Amino acid sequence: MSECCGPSPSCCGGAAEEYPYSEAPYLSGSVSTLFGEVPAVATGLTRADRLGTLRVRLGLRRSHYRIRPGLYAIGKPDDTTPVLVTANYKLSFDAVRSELAGRDAWLLVLDTQGVNVWCAAGKGTFGTDEVVRQIRETGLANIVGHFTVVLPQLGAPGVAAHEVRAATGFRVVYGPVRAADLPAFLNSQMHATPEMRRVRFGLTDRLTVTGTELAIVRDPRVLAGAAALLLAATLGWLSFPTVLLALTAGLAGLLAGALLVPIALPWIPGRAFSLKGALAGTVAGLALLATAGRTIDTAGSIALVLGVATISSFSAMNFTGASTYTSLSGVLWEMRRAVPLQLIAAISALVALVVSALW
Amino acid sequence: MGGLRYIDDVVTVQLDPDACNGCRMCTTVCPHGVFEMKDGRARLADRDACIECGACVRNCAAGALSVDPGVGCAAAVIQGWLTGTEPTCGC
Repeated sequence: MSECCGPSPSCCGGAAEEYPYSEAPYLSGSVSTLFGEVPAVATGLTRADRLGTLRVRLGLRRSHYRIRPGLYAIGKPDDTTPVLVTANYKLSFDAVRSELAGRDAWLLVLDTQGVNVWCAAGKGTFGTDEVVRQIRETGLANIVGHFTVVLPQLGAPGVAAHEVRAATGFRVVYGPVRAADLPAFLNSQMHATPEMRRVRFGLTDRLTVTGTELAIVRDPRVLAGAAALLLAATLGWLSFPTVLLALTAGLAGLLAGALLVPIALPWIPGRAFSLKGALAGTVAGLALLATAGRTIDTAGSIALVLGVATISSFSAMNFTGASTYTSLSGVLWEMRRAVPLQLIAAISALVALVVSALW
Repeated sequence: MGGLRYIDDVVTVQLDPDACNGCRMCTTVCPHGVFEMKDGRARLADRDACIECGACVRNCAAGALSVDPGVGCAAAVIQGWLTGTEPTCGC
């Protein structure tokens, strides 16, 4: 699934779930307020923080990367200090606190079940009710006198600013999309430039979320399938060239769709991701064919190119979830057209492979 | 957006200009610059850039906006087809 999404909320009713929080090496004492002691956090990221980030990016233990929700102090905040709201996904928390070095701030961490701001806002866990609940439970009205909370702009799909105000008296100010723009935002009397309000999907953004689908090669079912093919070849049920062809097509299609397309996204023709994937896959398939030369017969050649193009198209289509500019209506539009074609192409590739094997 | 554009003429966002109270909230929360202010009211400046995240609708106190919100994620759609439910991000 897309990088956008954090862990699956281990779901369902019953008592409030006790989930494991990360260790908290970022805590550095506490600050006294009228409403009691508030834990203070450091702004510098340690080696442990960076290792944790790397681990989560690699898709490991993402569901254990949670911060205890509530109010935290940065520096020496008082009743005039701004309150910044974030999610209890540790990557979100780290991104915010590390931008606040040398400043005083209150950090209000919502319980989003360890999911990042944008995804949690889409689900409603970064939502009006949770903002209201945390403002009340932390006694924020007793701690600050300005009745203003700064929310990340990407929390807006889940939070109705006017409803928060009606329920708590707190005015919601939407801050910049990116934590990196927080210093500039705070330095300019909380003014976000149009640039700070835009979601981007530049090369760096794409590289960060590229390759998550490659994890499918670790899927036991995929490994078992590949092993079964190799076993069939060893037992003489299938020829080695046929198995090699099938495995090559699978791997090349995956690399084209899940790696090449995300990186080269703006430069591949077409709007639909499935189309971009099919084009990249066709080129990759033809390149493989050129390398393989005359060792493959006509049916095998067709199977290879069709197979790579189809798998690439499907993989690229799945990258829509990790991108930042696709709408559900657009995804449905392209899927209604692409999925039937992908099915036909996949069956045709298999038939060609069988023909090639029998000849 | 660096030239990255998705499918045109498909999104569901609707703006009722008569209901708009000119609060500018939609221009603030939209991450893709879909709205602009003209003569004290919001208008759709770049409708096809909309990703249907629902931020504008949620924050429109005047109720001038509507959209079928969702996540533009093919894997979620497939999940929905297989399980017969609405597309939800599997996160």
